[in-house]
Amino acid sequence: MRKLLYYLKGYERETVLAPLFKMLEALFELFVPLVMAAVIDRGIAGQDRPYIVRMCLLLVVLGVIGLVCSITAQYFAAKAATGFSTRLRHALFAHIQGLSYTELDQMGTSTLITRMTSDINQVQSGVNLVLRLFLRSPFIVFGAMIMAFTVDVRAALVFVVAIPLLSLVVFGIMLFTMPLYKRVQGALDRVLGLTRENLTGVRVIRAFNKEQEEWESYREKNEALTGLQKFVGGISGLMNPLTYVIVNVSIIALLYAGALRVDSGALTQGQVVALVNYMSQILVELVKLANLIITVTKAIACGNRVESVLEQKNSMSTGRKAAADKSGAPEEGCVVFDRVGLTYAGAGSASLTGISFSAKKGETVGIIGGTGSGKTSLVNLIPRFYDVTEGAVYVNGKDVREQEPERLRSGIGIVPQKAELFAGTIADNLRWGKRDAADSELWEALELSQAREFVEKKPEGLASVVAQGGKNLSGGQRQRLTIARALVRKPSILILDDSASALDFATDAALRRALGGMEDRPTTFIVSQRTSSIRHADRILVLEDGRMAGLGTHQELLESCPVYQEIYYSQFEKKAAPSGAAEGRR
Amino acid sequence: MAKKFDAAQWQTIRKILRYMKPYRHFLLLSIVLAAVSVAATLYLPLLIGNAVDCAVGKGRVDFAGLFAVLGRMAAVILVTALAQWLMNVCNNKLTYQIVRDIRNEAFRKIEILPLKYIDGHPHGEIVSRVIADADQFADGLLMGFTQLFTGVITILGTIGFMLSVNAGITLVVLVVTPVSLFVASFIAKKTFRMFKAQSETRGEQTGLVDEMIGSQKVVQAFGYGKEALERFDEINGRLQKCSLQAIFFSSITNPATRFVNSLVYTGVGIFGALAAINGRLSVGQLTSFLSYANQYTKPFNEISGVVTELQNAIACAGRVLELIEEKPQVPDRADAICLSDIKGRVELKNVSFSYQPMQRLIEGLNLSVQPGQRVAIVGPTGCGKTTLINLLMRFYDVTGGAICVENTDIRELTRHSLRAGFGMVLQETWLRAGTIRDNIAVGKPEASREEIEEAARACHAHSFIMRLPQGYDTVIGEDGGGLSQGQKQLLCITRVMLCRPPMLILDEATSSIDTRTELKIQNAFARLMEGRTSFIVAHRLSTIRSADVILVMRDGRIVEQGNHETLLAKDGFYAKLYNSQW
Repeated sequence: MRKLLYYLKGYERETVLAPLFKMLEALFELFVPLVMAAVIDRGIAGQDRPYIVRMCLLLVVLGVIGLVCSITAQYFAAKAATGFSTRLRHALFAHIQGLSYTELDQMGTSTLITRMTSDINQVQSGVNLVLRLFLRSPFIVFGAMIMAFTVDVRAALVFVVAIPLLSLVVFGIMLFTMPLYKRVQGALDRVLGLTRENLTGVRVIRAFNKEQEEWESYREKNEALTGLQKFVGGISGLMNPLTYVIVNVSIIALLYAGALRVDSGALTQGQVVALVNYMSQILVELVKLANLIITVTKAIACGNRVESVLEQKNSMSTGRKAAADKSGAPEEGCVVFDRVGLTYAGAGSASLTGISFSAKKGETVGIIGGTGSGKTSLVNLIPRFYDVTEGAVYVNGKDVREQEPERLRSGIGIVPQKAELFAGTIADNLRWGKRDAADSELWEALELSQAREFVEKKPEGLASVVAQGGKNLSGGQRQRLTIARALVRKPSILILDDSASALDFATDAALRRALGGMEDRPTTFIVSQRTSSIRHADRILVLEDGRMAGLGTHQELLESCPVYQEIYYSQFEKKAAPSGAAEGRR
Repeated sequence: MAKKFDAAQWQTIRKILRYMKPYRHFLLLSIVLAAVSVAATLYLPLLIGNAVDCAVGKGRVDFAGLFAVLGRMAAVILVTALAQWLMNVCNNKLTYQIVRDIRNEAFRKIEILPLKYIDGHPHGEIVSRVIADADQFADGLLMGFTQLFTGVITILGTIGFMLSVNAGITLVVLVVTPVSLFVASFIAKKTFRMFKAQSETRGEQTGLVDEMIGSQKVVQAFGYGKEALERFDEINGRLQKCSLQAIFFSSITNPATRFVNSLVYTGVGIFGALAAINGRLSVGQLTSFLSYANQYTKPFNEISGVVTELQNAIACAGRVLELIEEKPQVPDRADAICLSDIKGRVELKNVSFSYQPMQRLIEGLNLSVQPGQRVAIVGPTGCGKTTLINLLMRFYDVTGGAICVENTDIRELTRHSLRAGFGMVLQETWLRAGTIRDNIAVGKPEASREEIEEAARACHAHSFIMRLPQGYDTVIGEDGGGLSQGQKQLLCITRVMLCRPPMLILDEATSSIDTRTELKIQNAFARLMEGRTSFIVAHRLSTIRSADVILVMRDGRIVEQGNHETLLAKDGFYAKLYNSQW
């Protein structure tokens, strides 16, 4: 959390002034009981009406000064807090843009989104509250005690006993309940988990007629949660009555001690009233302080989570100082894998081992293999989404690690497995591929990706709105648009990562034909589970468990590679087979 | 404050009151305790005033009187604290038990909701109704109970106590306080727009973050980071502005009301002191008044906060209740037949079905399946092959015609007996947190160890299970975490094998499974299908060709029906599908 305070930079003035003004306000508040004591002792006792009026005017003046100070403080606090969070959000967003796939995998995007949004909001309100109250409350607590001492040292000794006792109760209960709240959270998570399970597994649960059992197990977990909640609630519910007792018993003591002192003439009636007032002020502030600490604890926890993201370093050293990236290089579009191995960070075993092959410019390489055989891992190495842990990958004749990632990727068109689109128009989405593409270029790409027809059918054409995630389009449409997006940039390397899975066979075939017919054809990598999608490739790479099980043309592999034969015949059964052999997810 | 709730909210409140009914004794007790604790709290300043009056000056201290007052104070303090504590306990009990009841009911509803609802709503949304909304409702309810109630009593009580001491000065307090309320509501109104602007901008930003971070890999692949950051910063700048406004102006409320408060205090000071000089008020009474003036305005601030909190709580309750009141699936008929001896005869008579009234999917489908026959369902991806599964298992009801098992309309059967007759293996494997054994024995919890292992052997699952650290007692995480897709699939098959149902529904899709495991699964399926009526979402030619009936689906509709040869001869969509591979 401490490192986050850096983002308060530029708001130092506000950060210092806010609590100062708040303290000023508190100071004026501390004078009020004294003024009132004077009213009682001099005004009333001395029958001095003008004095009373003057003193009350003084109270109003104190109130006005307090108001001004407080509003100033609130302004500075709000300014510092919002400025802080704005800078922090910017920094975090920018930081995430610079993370590599490895870190994104480790943290998970949904976590990152929570960090960006609700966590930072919590931190912001924490900062705001701290600036406003963190000095004020202790200041009043101890200020009231000191003021009490100035009134009468003997009677003020009551404060010396009461304040530690109060702190003990307030902080003791807080410390005791905080871990309990964690247990409540755990119980809640279990209830949540079961609810989710029952939704995702609804078909299975009903198919096996398990509704009654599920309901009983839910009730049990819910009961446990309720029990815990009541227990914790009961304990934290002790706070108010206990503090009330302590403060008021202290007031009894004050009154008694005060009465003794009044009797001996050491103290006036008004001063006793002032002492009682100070004690009441302390109670109010302590309760505020306790609430503040809860908010701050939460904010610190959130802050630490944000910080841990900021501390996450990009594990890829950006191009060995991008060794003077002159890529007028040999054979644009050629890709060479040289004894490549890849072990993901934190993974026990290698995902790829000993992969060696090369693709010349304009060639098509098919990559096939079962799930988890490393197909996607392999193609992810070409745009350097991950760094190899063994061997090297060369693109355009140069080790990818020596190239600026952005520059490298700008020549590669990627169609990921999951068709992700963004809110905006179709044209907006396609221009991700090339920022300044003309409409004609977009249409060209749509034509190639077999998407022209359905875009044309839309009344708004290219300007048709795409909902977030492309939810208003069908799976096949989305997929064709992502292919178009990759083609818009006229890449020298095209990677289709199982991109035809949402397309029917006819469209898939048409797409492959269109790609094949492109003049200035990009070097194309097609990852697929269906042999039909890759059988015409210049070269087919067969993967099994991250190793090369075969490399060659369809015919060669069919003759020599048992794994390929197995895959092929499981789909084609020595001749003929309809239906999506490689059925995608529903 | 009443006008702050609209009709729908009142309706929700009425429903919440229904949930309170079983706990009305606690509610009553809580109200009584609140009244007691507030009364005692308010009585205390009066006593303090009396005590102050006992010590007028040097040598003029009435110790006997003082002790009497102090003794009474001690008693009052004890009563207050006790009442407060008991009230807390009551409120806790009240709130958490009501929320527990609501959650229980929500979950029970989930178990009987039609699948149409569950399929049609994001699961996260339903979960958040049961968990987050119920939680927020609990918080709001608790706060409402503890603060709204005591707040109102405090205000009324204070006025009463003040009147009993001095009517004139009470008037001063009563005149000035509305100013405080006015100031608070004025600020609230002003800031409402700012908060709205803030939450809108925040929503906009969250939307962008959701997209850009959620699809961060695509963003990086296309080098869109810079643009994303620019767009983000633009919103971020606007957010900073409107956040500052909203936070600042709303945080004026406290100082402003505190200031009005100090005016009240001053007013009481002047009039009280002047009255004291005239002997109409003692110094002690003035002290009591001052502390009343101090605590009198506080509940007003609290109440306005509580009202917002309560509105939020009611909105949350509304969302949970909406779920609870959702129409459940058509219940089993009272005279529903419990079919026990199923041979596996299934008949579809003129069945029509659609998910949405406008979009007709299945129309006039006739199909007669004899015991032991195999029906293959084929078609391109996303053509709605699961629709048929939904109908057979009665996850959805047909919109026309009838499905009959053993010559009985399935709507005349109990759902339990119908579903017990089917074994189902879906493409999406679903396992739960628990041991392997528990997962296999889902359909037959009383199964012996031998039975379970035998089923696992028959499905080629035994050997991999034995390789797991604790064998059958290995605990797997939610959704089978730690197992491969193929292993999960094998467990799902074993689960069905153990039950030995007369009819099967299988989804062959094994796209995410390596070839070897696929072979095992295929064998397991074959073992499972022996002698059983089977409906198979088929992808493999062997399955399709050996099927007695092939249903060809396209765009959710069944377009052709027949066996392999007749369909090929027909030269329709099936033939096209079949040939498109070449």
